[in-house]
Order: sequence, then structure tokens, then C-alpha cells
Amino acid sequence: MSEGGLWSEAGRRLRTNRAAVVAGGALVLLVLASLLAPLASRHAIDQVDWTLSPLASPPSLANGHWFGTDSNGRDLFVRVWSGTQVSLLVAVLATLVSLAIGVAWGATAGYLGGRVDDWMMRFVDVLYALPYMFFVIILTVVFGRSLWLIFLAIGAVGWLTMARIVRGQALALRQREFVAAAITLGLPAHRIIARHIVPNVLGTVVVYATLTVPQVILFESFLSFLGLGVQEPLTSLGRLVAEGALEMETAPWQLLVPSAVLALLLLCLNFLGDGLRDALDPRTD
Amino acid sequence: MSDPLLQVKGLGVRFPVRRRRFGAPPQWLTALDDVHLEIEAGRSLGVVGESGCGKSTLARAILALVEPHAGEIRWRGAAVRRSDPAGLRRMRRELQVVFQDPFGSLDPRMSIGESVAEALDALEGLTESAAVRSRVAAVLEEVGLDPSLARRYPHELSGGQCQRAAIARATVVRPRLLICDEAVSALDVSVQAQIVNLLSALSVRHGMALMFISHNLAVVRHLCDEVLVLYLGHVVERGPRESVFSAPRHPYTRALLAAVPEPDPASAPAAEPIVVLPGRSGAAPPARGCVFQARCPRVDALCASQSPSLAEAGPAHVTACHHWQTLEAWPAGSR
Amino acid sequence: MTAAPLLSIRDLSVDFVTPRGRVQAVREASLDVASGECLAVVGESGSGKSQLFLACLGLLAARGATRGSARFQGQELLGASAAALNAVRGTRIAMVFQDPMNALTPHLSIGRQLGEVLLDRGLASPQEAHERSLAALQGVGLADAESRLQQYPHELSGGQRQRVAVAMALMTRPELLIADEPTTALDVTVQAQVLQVLRRARRDGLAMVLITHDLGVVAGIADRVAIMYAGRIVEIAPVRELFAAPAHPYAAALLEAVPRLSEASVGRLRSIEGQPPTPGEIVQGCAFAPRCPDVAAICRREAPALRPAATRAVACHVPRIRPDRES
Repeated sequence: MSEGGLWSEAGRRLRTNRAAVVAGGALVLLVLASLLAPLASRHAIDQVDWTLSPLASPPSLANGHWFGTDSNGRDLFVRVWSGTQVSLLVAVLATLVSLAIGVAWGATAGYLGGRVDDWMMRFVDVLYALPYMFFVIILTVVFGRSLWLIFLAIGAVGWLTMARIVRGQALALRQREFVAAAITLGLPAHRIIARHIVPNVLGTVVVYATLTVPQVILFESFLSFLGLGVQEPLTSLGRLVAEGALEMETAPWQLLVPSAVLALLLLCLNFLGDGLRDALDPRTD
Repeated sequence: MSDPLLQVKGLGVRFPVRRRRFGAPPQWLTALDDVHLEIEAGRSLGVVGESGCGKSTLARAILALVEPHAGEIRWRGAAVRRSDPAGLRRMRRELQVVFQDPFGSLDPRMSIGESVAEALDALEGLTESAAVRSRVAAVLEEVGLDPSLARRYPHELSGGQCQRAAIARATVVRPRLLICDEAVSALDVSVQAQIVNLLSALSVRHGMALMFISHNLAVVRHLCDEVLVLYLGHVVERGPRESVFSAPRHPYTRALLAAVPEPDPASAPAAEPIVVLPGRSGAAPPARGCVFQARCPRVDALCASQSPSLAEAGPAHVTACHHWQTLEAWPAGSR
Repeated sequence: MTAAPLLSIRDLSVDFVTPRGRVQAVREASLDVASGECLAVVGESGSGKSQLFLACLGLLAARGATRGSARFQGQELLGASAAALNAVRGTRIAMVFQDPMNALTPHLSIGRQLGEVLLDRGLASPQEAHERSLAALQGVGLADAESRLQQYPHELSGGQRQRVAVAMALMTRPELLIADEPTTALDVTVQAQVLQVLRRARRDGLAMVLITHDLGVVAGIADRVAIMYAGRIVEIAPVRELFAAPAHPYAAALLEAVPRLSEASVGRLRSIEGQPPTPGEIVQGCAFAPRCPDVAAICRREAPALRPAATRAVACHVPRIRPDRES
């Protein structure tokens, strides 16, 4: 199904939004850095540089540790970019999971309406009421702290809000005449949901997804802060921030550098998300 | 003698009005009550009325989009039920619809060619791309659109073009009956004329029957052989075009005709007591008696106590008024 | 015309800057509204009829720019300060829109909203405001006015809301009422009620600009008609003259395209081929030329100017009737 017309229109609008364009560019650079820097660097993420004394050394161009080292003597530059990779991976995968489940759930509930909608959304309400943290903690304790589990856990809870949003949109769409037209063509419900409802909520979904990614990164950081995030030797921005916070007084760069990268990442994602929302909103004069 | 295409008998549709109290019995809003109508092949029926009269609900009930609580709908002799998907599928192949909002009735994310192709796929099972392309091009030309517009999206086209596309989608499978639910109401006057002409031409060319729902009496007079007048879900008058328009036999029909402002300054607005009905339609129908009693200039005790049944006022012309025989003569040539 | 016109618009143009470039919604429109008269402004979508008067009142959307002049009782409205405009809007010039909810606030009672019109400007005491609100509702034919004052907009039907909007507009006894498609969304019997209200208001000397696409409404209430096409005024004439003998081919075609209840007409409606230019389209020559049955070579080169003559004005190189030769 060619979507050329509306998406290219949105793309054009997006390009006129300078903040979004700059943010998009910066985001691309950040992603590239996170992918290439660990490969290009001659340090490994868990390699201790014994030549330094003390082990934790501030950023300097001279000794090759551009971001400095952490308290174990490991190069922070490579750790920060690896951590960014992991944070982004977790965020994107978790968002995709929540997107897939949430859109399917919400579109179906909103379109079918009536009792089905009531029960489906009541289920969502119940899950919503569960203490999120509690749930994730139990999962990590039972299944261990694997990367896959982390993003599954986050995604499994993140879909709730997506479902609510999509369900609201689907309810509104159901009243539109083109849906009535599709019914009079004799199309069964699943085809109507797939061909007419979902494509028309994608605009909102895309926007919400770009705004969810920063939330997920923050959440993962929070988990790391609690010691529940990714395990060694992998690291994430959250872990780095957590570790850096402990050394705040003696080695401030260990906190500042990962925090700065994290903040920059979140800023870019938020600007981009805002830009996307404006671009995809058909209500312009 | 073959069955008429569409037969509606005693149709009743009501909607629950949600009451917030737990356990309280549901209140009902009656949208249609005891509606009878028939449409023969190739004929056109105009359904007129104001807001709240139930004309859109009538279309939706016939299209099996809503479930009636009373009465029956027969398509070519066979009963139509929402619980019978095979029967519905057969009916949908032959009964299609054009809605009011030209932009709203087309999926904004699909090109108009894709929208038309979807109809071919759903109703005829035709998916072979070359065949689909040629059918789409042919029907677009037939409705007056250049086939190259198939790639365009609704927001790139004008209201008139979108409505033509909607008509193309509805007629590509050559339905026997096309329901037009206020299909020209959202269009500019000059475009309205084009679309009315198009519908008329298609109807003649393919022997397609029309059910034209509209609040615009002038267009209905132009297009339809027969007219049905609805008020608060009840049929108040039904008959051949000339009969109803030149000799209306129900006070509501008369008020409706008199209220239409004529584009001719020479004709002064009709005497105000007849033209200007007090109150409004869309209020709840009364519990007893004639549905029009609250606004009728001729109302009396009989009207308040007894609901009039449809009386024959002429050949194929019925009216639901106790006093139809004693209404003043309708000024000849005034409408 | 001996008396100075109430509203005098000269060469008014409205441009919008959109991502797709400049869009001319109104092109050099000029017209007068005399005291006490009803001028109907007729046009289809994209004709600019609403934008013209929104521009006069300073109500254009943010990206609109106006040029030209619009004088109300000699006072220039275009480019006037917000304070100057506020002194005129709502008091001496009132506006009624297609959707009455543009004028009515959902969470305030009718009585409160009617009263506010006067109280906010210090035009009456609370007691007076209440009495005048009551009278205003009665004046628009709403039964049971006292209890209506306590009601909220959502408790009223569309027609009743529109009548309240008209009542609100008339509270300050304006000299000019601009009504933009006031009855388009209403049932025909309700439309008759609202038109009756407007006719009654005119008897008290109110001048009115009625923006509409419905020629039937025009015939019943207007003194003069201005027809707009693609942002330009193409004909202005007294109502009877226009309906009897339209000069501009578009006006003539429009009158023929309207289905009439009075004719037992069967067969094709006389429609106009093609469609109006989209608002952004650059037009060379006369905008109606592509659709005009009488088109001549000059029409495609040069856009005709509005030429006033006697009681009428036409913007056409090949008018059906030459206004200056009318007997």
C-alpha cells in the first residue's frame, strides 16, 4: 500500500522545522558514534589501563583517554559509547514491542467496541494498577538480569499506554464514514482493522513512539541506578551515571560525561518527537 | 411479476440512551417506527425530512449497519439479517452506498484508485492487477474523472472529485440499488448539479435504482420518481413525485415545501403562519397520538389521542393524517 | 446614493502565506453597504466571501495579510489598533457565524452570556442587562424566555442556539450585522424561523451583510447581491435585476444550476463544467474563463475590472447585459 502522498507531505513539513532537523542530525551523529567509536577505539570496554595512577584519571588527550577513566581504570570514552549503544538498543526494542502489542490491542478494542472493548480495556486498567517496579524486579530476580529480559519487561508494561492511546483513536475512527463504507463493502473486522484503522493511527503512534524512547532510556537508567539494569561486562548510560554518581566528589567527569550524553540524546529525541507530531498533524491552516 | 428490489415492512430501529444508574432499565430513543417502503428495479425513491427524522438511520438499517428491533427488510425477496453473513455478502454485491462527506468517505491513507480496487476485491474477489487496473480506469472515466487521478489521495482532490471517486467505488460492481445519503449536501451548488446529473445518467445507463436521501427538496423533485416524507421516524406521506409535490396531503409536507426559499424574488415568502412552524423537530416523539401534533396547525383532540394510519389519498399516494381530506386546497403552481 | 455608505470597502486584498507559497484569498474587492440595506454576498468555496469580511473585522487567521481599505462610518478598520477595533466589533458591527458555538461558551448560561455583552462594556446595569436579555430572547422568538436564560447551550437545539447567537449579536443594537452562512447548517423549517428573525431585525433599521451560497435565501431577504468568484467580486446588482437578467456569465450559470422546487423540471440540471480554481492557483486573465460559455480571447489575457454603471457593476469583458445600456 503506497503511502507516498501523506508521508512525503509530512516529511516536507518536518524539514521546515529547524529544531527537529538539527535534532535529527544530532541524533544520527550520536547513533553513528555509538556504533563506530567502540570499534575505532583501541581500548576495550573492560580493559584496565594499569599504567595510570591513580586508576581513575580525568579526561586528557595526552594519555588517549578522551573522556577519562572510571574508578577501575577502564576507558570512559569507549564505555560511554557502548553504553549509549545498549541504551538505544533497549529503548528501541522495548518501544517496538510495546508498539506491536499496544497497537494491535488498542485498535481491536477501539474498533470492536461494546463489551469486548470494555473487557480489553479493563484488563489494561488492571495491569496499569500493578506496581511496575515490583513487576520488573520480580522478573529480574526470577529470570536473571539478561538484556532481553530487560527490554521485554519494559516493553510488556509500556504497551499499556500505547493501547490506551490507540484505542481512543480507533474509537474516533470507527465513526468516520470511510469505515462505514468499508463495512458496506463486506470487509471482515480483521481486514478493516488492518487496512483502515491501523494505518490511520500510525501518525499518532510514530509520534508517541519517539517520545517513548526517551522514557524507556530513563527507566532503564533508573533500573541501573537500583542495580537491576544490564550486567557486566555490558554497560548502559544509566549504569555509568549510577557509577559516576558514587564518585561525584572525587572524579566528577565520571558523572558529567555520561550524563551529558544522556541529556543530549533525550533532548534530540524530544525535539524530533515534537517535530514529528507537528508534521503529522493534519490540522494546519 | 418479480419481487421489488427492496422491501421494507414495519421497520423499527431504536437506540439505547445510556443511563448512568446501575440496574435501571435502559431508555430507548426510537429512531424509526413502523416504516414501509418499496423500491422497484430502475426506479428512484427520494427520502426527505429534517434532522432527527431518521433518514440516515433508515439507510443504515437497510445496509445492515444497525440492527432493527422490529419489522423486516427484504432484498429481492430474501430476508436480510445481520446474523446471516452469506446473505449479507450477496446483498452487498448489489446494494451500495454513497455518503455525505466526500473527504470522509474515502480512507485518507489510500489513493482513490486503491479505494476503488478494494471494492473490486471485496465484492467480486477480483485481485488480478491488470484486470483491476482496467476496471478502475474504466469506472473513473465513467464518473467523469481522468484515470490518471487514480494515484491521487483524497486531500489532493476537490469535494466534487472525491464524491465522484466515492460514486466510482460504489458503482464499479454495478449494484442494482445505490443509496445516496445526503450525497450532494456538502457540495457547492455548481458541483451539486454535476453530481446530480451524473447519478441520473448512471441510473439510466445501468438500470440502477436509487434511494436518494436528502433534506433538499428541489433536488429530490428533480431526481426521484417517488417521494417518502419522514418525521421523527414515522412515514407521514409517500407517493409519486408529481402527486406529492403538486398536491401534498400532509401538513408537515406542506410546511416543508412552503419553507424552502425559492430563488425568485418575485415570489414573496409564503404567508408566515404556514411557513414558520413553531418548535423544532428532533424532540422526542409523543407517547400517544400523531407524531406531528406538537407543531401542526391543524391539531385537535383526535390527533392527540390516536395515531393516524396511512390512508390512501390518491393512486400509490398515502398520508398519515386524520384530516387530509379537509386540508385547504394547495395553491396550484405554487410549488 | 446621497447618504454616505455605512461600510465602504475599496480594493481589499487578502493574502495568506502558506508552506506552498502565497495564496490570494481575496483580490481587490470593492463594495459599499448602505445604512439599513441588506447586501447578500454569494459565492462558492474558495470565492473569498468569508475572508473578505473577516479581514474587515480584523479576524483573519495569523498568516493573513490585508491590503486596501475598509471604512466603517468613515473610520478605517484595516490596520486599526486592537482597542479601536474592539470599540467597533460587537457593539456597532456584530457578527453571526455558521456554527453558533463560535459565539456561545459551553460552560456559561445563556443569560450570563447575553448579560456579559452589556456588562463587560459597562453599557448597562445588571438589572437593565437582565431585562434586555429577556427582551432579546423574546425578540428572536424563543418561547419561555425566562427559563431559557438559565439554560446552557448544550440544552438547546441548533436552531435555538443560532437564534440566541443572533440575539447576542443584536444586544448592543449594532448598525451592521454580518451573518456568515447563518442558516446553512439548519433544517429548512428552522431556517425559515431564523430568517424571520433577521427580517424582523431589519425592520428596525439594521443593515446586514448576508454571506451565503443559497440563492433562495438571497431572494427572500436581500436588497442587493454581490457575486464572488475566485476571490473577486464579479457582479453587484439589486436582487430583482440580478435574478431577472444576470450580466456575468457565472451569475447566469449559477442561477441555472440551482434546482428549483417550483419547476416540474425533469432532465439535466444546467451545470457548470469544471470546477473553481483552487485558492493557490495563479490565474492569468479572468478566473472564470476556463469554464465560461461566452469566453473570448481577451478574457484569457486580461482580468476584467469591476465596472460600475447605474445600479449595477460587472467585472466581465463579455457581459450578457451591458449595464450602462439598461433602460
